[in-house]
Amino acid sequence: MQRATANRLTPYMFMAPAVVIMVIALLYPLGYMVWGSFRDWDPSQTIGEAEFVGLKNYITLWHDPNFRESLGVTLSFAFFVVTFEMVIGVGLALLLDRNIRGMSVLRTLFILPMMIAPVVVGLMWRYMYHPTVGTFNRFFEAIGLPTVDWLGANALMSVIIADIWQWTPFIFILSLAALQSLPRSALEAARIDGATGWQQIIHIKLPLMMPVLIVTGLLRLIDAFKVLEVILVMTEGGPGLSTEILALRISRTATEFRELGVAAAMSNYLLILLLFITVMMFAFTRWQEMRANRLRAAVEGDE
Amino acid sequence: MPNIHLENLIKRYGDVEVLHGIELEMADNEFTVLVGPSGCGKSTTLRMIAGLEDVSEGEIYIGGKPVSRLEPKDRDLAMVFQDYALYPHMNVARNMSFALRLQKRPQAEIDKKVKEVAATLGLTDYLARKPGELSGGQRQRVAMGRALTRDAATFLFDEPLSNLDAKLRGQMRAELALMSQRVQKNMIYVTHDQIEAMTLADRIVVMHGGYIQQQGTPEELFKRPVNKFVAGFLGMPPMNFLEGEIFERDTGVFVSGDGFDLRLAADKAAAAKAHQNKEVILGVRPSDLTFDADASKQEALTLDVMVSEYVGAQSVLLCRCGPAKVMVEVNSETPVALGQTLTFAVNPNGVHLFDRHNEVAI
Repeated sequence: MQRATANRLTPYMFMAPAVVIMVIALLYPLGYMVWGSFRDWDPSQTIGEAEFVGLKNYITLWHDPNFRESLGVTLSFAFFVVTFEMVIGVGLALLLDRNIRGMSVLRTLFILPMMIAPVVVGLMWRYMYHPTVGTFNRFFEAIGLPTVDWLGANALMSVIIADIWQWTPFIFILSLAALQSLPRSALEAARIDGATGWQQIIHIKLPLMMPVLIVTGLLRLIDAFKVLEVILVMTEGGPGLSTEILALRISRTATEFRELGVAAAMSNYLLILLLFITVMMFAFTRWQEMRANRLRAAVEGDE
Repeated sequence: MPNIHLENLIKRYGDVEVLHGIELEMADNEFTVLVGPSGCGKSTTLRMIAGLEDVSEGEIYIGGKPVSRLEPKDRDLAMVFQDYALYPHMNVARNMSFALRLQKRPQAEIDKKVKEVAATLGLTDYLARKPGELSGGQRQRVAMGRALTRDAATFLFDEPLSNLDAKLRGQMRAELALMSQRVQKNMIYVTHDQIEAMTLADRIVVMHGGYIQQQGTPEELFKRPVNKFVAGFLGMPPMNFLEGEIFERDTGVFVSGDGFDLRLAADKAAAAKAHQNKEVILGVRPSDLTFDADASKQEALTLDVMVSEYVGAQSVLLCRCGPAKVMVEVNSETPVALGQTLTFAVNPNGVHLFDRHNEVAI
């Protein structure tokens, strides 16, 4: 009897070290943050000294126009960034899914932006956007076009462009991989059935790529909500609050305004949002697995 | 239906030429089977007709019109692929109607056509299913249904049965034969399976190494192969080959080698005389050998029986004749014991002779 119990416990004993590390490294800070978000907490205090205020931080935030604006900036940033990146990335993949000489070199070049550290990307674009000596405005001047106030009046658009430049390759690579794993013969059958290039894309390629595209899009969406460095380096959230995305506002609330409780509450709002997207993603993959299982069962039933 | 003509068709991949000037004329409504071992160029030829591969040189005419620069969709043909190539995200009905939907035909017409074809193929109950929910045989049927719905002038089949198990393959082969009688269309069928070729074809085209070896009706090819390759490729169990030489004696013209000395029938003898004292290969099909203890030595092979394979009504005996192995097809009732040396009469019309150097029939 005792041996049986010991046997049953063995797997848990092996898992214990990993669980301990998870609790210390993941759950403890998370719990600390949630706990802190219910307190009026200044960095000079320990968390025990801080006054418990219940949901006050959350309610204040909910009615805070600055927070709302920041949330709006984050949402529109994520929306535009993911939309454009998906369209451009998938489009490029569709264009480059062929055997041309030097294609492997071209593909490597395409994915370079993704491999550069975000801070460097931010600095690079900041110089290129510079109103007088920046690459873009000098170019516009040279060909006689009016210059653009990149990081001033059009700051949000400018950071969106930089992010698109950096992260389109991610979608490009995954779409290209998806495209190249499509069944060749189905595409040939479509050609014989009379599908033009466009019809092949719309009726065959895109529907077959869809599972990969959905997961890719959700991954990018999660990432876009957390973006920080590039914008911090390029605009520091300005001018005004025009590019102050949530991650940036959280860091400033904690360090400049010294309101740790509010920052923690804000983090939790972001966490809830991301959790929602992640759960959707899991639900989607689960649904796909279930569908695959059902298909398999149906086939086996027939044979 | 338009006839198809291949004129000096050449295919190169880089510097490698894989098809060397294919000349082929297919009559209206003919069931043509391209058959040959892997890598013989049969699939490439079919894919060039389909428009899925570029033509390096030469021309393809469909109904007298050169089509080698046309897109597949402009050649009025339908194709069934080896792996079925169904659209996995569409149900059976949508798979079958894809071409018609692209042509923007009226919905009522599409529905009618799909229903009609589904009924003939026994797919009516499966129209709402996706390909993933079907068994291999059903998928194969959908692939054929998709081709039939098109109503194209020419049907191309690229090894359509090779992904099925043996039993289902036999069944689908019979259905295909029925279908080809019912729908009068040009059919071009690629296979490596000589049984499919023999049973389905009006005309067989045997290919090897990028060349057409021989074309004709199954009977012509079976009875009068032009070279050793065709002789060995068609027929199951395959033809036996024995190395020998031609000698003329007072009693007639003989082909003799290690373990045999066979007198040739008059018509063969005349042709063989020209090859006197030359090295030849004697070819005899297993079915042209009959157990006959009383046969004269000059009209028979004497063989040592090594193995007997019982396959029901027939048995295949694996025997030895000198250094060579010879297969004999006998009635299973024939009293044969392993290790015996027996005499098998040779059907005089079943004697084939090939030049040993260029392997061409004499």
